Amino acid sequence: MKKIVAFILALAMALGICSALADEDVITLKIAHIGPTTGDAALYGLATLHGAQIAVKEINEAGGKYRIELIEEDDEHDVQKVINAYNDALDKGAQMILGTTTSKPCEQAGAIGYEDRVFFLTPSASSPEVVGGKDNVYQVCFPDPSMGIFAAEAMTKYNLGTKVAVIYNNADVYSSGIRETFVARAAELNLEIVYEGVFGDNDTDFTVQVGKAKEAEAEIVFLPMYYTPASLILKTAKSKDYSPIFFGVDGMDGILSMDGFDSSLAEGVMLLTPFSAAATDEKTVSFVKAYEEAFGETPIQFAADAYDGIYILKDLAEKAGITSETTAEEACELLIAQMKDASFSGLTGDMTWNEEGGVNKEPLLKKIVDGKYADVE
Amino acid sequence: MAFLDNLINGVSLGSIYAIIALGYTMVYGIAKMLNFAHGDVIMVGAYIAYVGMQMWGLPAPLAIVISMAVCTVLGITIEGLAYRPLRRAASLAVLITAIGMSYLLQNLALMIWGANSRVYPETFINSTTIRLGELTISISAVITIVVSAVIMIGLTLFTNRTRMGKAMRCVSEDRGAAELMGINVNRTISVTFAIGSALAAIAGVLLCSTYPVLQPTTGSMPGIKAFTAAVFGGIGSIPGAMLGGVLLGVIEIFGKAYISTELGDAIVFVVLIIVLLVRPTGLLGKPVREKV
Repeated sequence: MKKIVAFILALAMALGICSALADEDVITLKIAHIGPTTGDAALYGLATLHGAQIAVKEINEAGGKYRIELIEEDDEHDVQKVINAYNDALDKGAQMILGTTTSKPCEQAGAIGYEDRVFFLTPSASSPEVVGGKDNVYQVCFPDPSMGIFAAEAMTKYNLGTKVAVIYNNADVYSSGIRETFVARAAELNLEIVYEGVFGDNDTDFTVQVGKAKEAEAEIVFLPMYYTPASLILKTAKSKDYSPIFFGVDGMDGILSMDGFDSSLAEGVMLLTPFSAAATDEKTVSFVKAYEEAFGETPIQFAADAYDGIYILKDLAEKAGITSETTAEEACELLIAQMKDASFSGLTGDMTWNEEGGVNKEPLLKKIVDGKYADVE
Repeated sequence: MAFLDNLINGVSLGSIYAIIALGYTMVYGIAKMLNFAHGDVIMVGAYIAYVGMQMWGLPAPLAIVISMAVCTVLGITIEGLAYRPLRRAASLAVLITAIGMSYLLQNLALMIWGANSRVYPETFINSTTIRLGELTISISAVITIVVSAVIMIGLTLFTNRTRMGKAMRCVSEDRGAAELMGINVNRTISVTFAIGSALAAIAGVLLCSTYPVLQPTTGSMPGIKAFTAAVFGGIGSIPGAMLGGVLLGVIEIFGKAYISTELGDAIVFVVLIIVLLVRPTGLLGKPVREKV
């Protein structure tokens, strides 16, 4: 009896060794996606998650040396909950973070990651404080300050008008950050800011702000905010018979996918985005097709940012020689070293990174015509 | 013109607060408890009407009636499950239960309908505006004000003329005596919750017609502000709730327009503090004299 048991155990050990040997060639990268998959900003968190999932699926199916295990965490766009999500991700063995999707939580988590030495590549947190003062956080999306500057320059370039009203959320670093650089650049370009309206999180009544913008006879209304309050402002403006040119930034993306939104309200709205699902290049077309098949809706720029993000991480990990056993701290140092000379060409454009962690990339200006994005002449 | 414009917006917003405040004030007056889950019943009402109109394609009035029916049942259920067992407990326990119920409703809505904001469909041609000279008034503002007035008149008639209304006033004045006189206190309180919740459904639809973004957290801030309005007008008094609601809406809009848009909410709550300091029973509340 003892001999049989001993033989079986030896066989098991041999088989075990064989399977370990077989797996040695494949490296599994553990990437955690942290973003708001529930709550007010869920549209963005889900977009980045889905974009990442498409990329992960493509990489895993293509075979090759690397596989990706995507750890999914929800931060609810909340600065406290993101810490839990971050810790949970690390507990599950994450070697690097694709996140966080939104700016405020990213500043928090990034600061802790700086102490812990964990690498963050955020697809979409665009505030400069996200990367400022740290070497472990990098962005795929273009930063807020450049959006404010670009918006002011676009208004001048396309002769949209000279009297501008700005409505912004001063409780949100994203909104107030863009507004700051916009106002500064506008002053240099002779755009007259006739009214600045402020609101806070959870505000739904914009009758006062829109009324005052109308009173000030603003030709352009600049909306550095997410699409939910923007949709309310568009509706309020319509009910007041006020039709200025509305100019949004990347947060305006997604307004057309709001359930039940009347897209005629957004007719003529201009926005900044690095990605347009209607583009005809092969990469975009195949990404959009895969996304629509998997999730039943057209991807917004956040999904494209996350898709690029996964490929960037894989690219860098490969160049740095990261393996399944590399710890998060080691991976962080290896990846930071890579970022210095890294360049990448993806769905959202060609990018390189500066010392701070920000990306050098140009935003694109699009206009909503007939419920779709169109180029601006 | 801006003044009139702001006044109308304020009265319209205030009317919504008034309808919600009615629910708070009735429940406090009769059951002597603050139902903090009321704001979230509004949200549920708005979602049910949304589902009715958007997914089943029902006409608005029918969807609203169904929403009222569902909220009535919801209100009675909440009362029976969460508040009735605590009738004899410390009022703190009931308060905490109410807050817990509020979170429960919000998270159930989050689970069922998801986090994405829904855009409310047009209920009563609310993009139509009436023009009087330079003034543009939206139809939804007018309808909101009219509906609130009708509800207040209806409710006042109900409490003064009908038997159930009398029973409600009796239970409010002295529950023990009312019980001794043969009034079914449990049923009276259930009816109070039912009426309050039906009104909440109407308030939800009106709120979302004016501010057409619906999320699971939509009811929470209006709920708190309406509670403030109820206290402002005199908690326990129905005309007080109406007056408090309308005044608070006007104060909020005027505060935003003439002081600062950032401080709109702060101003509302400062009003509450001032009222409680100067006249704790509210504008129309009766000062209660303690007989020693």
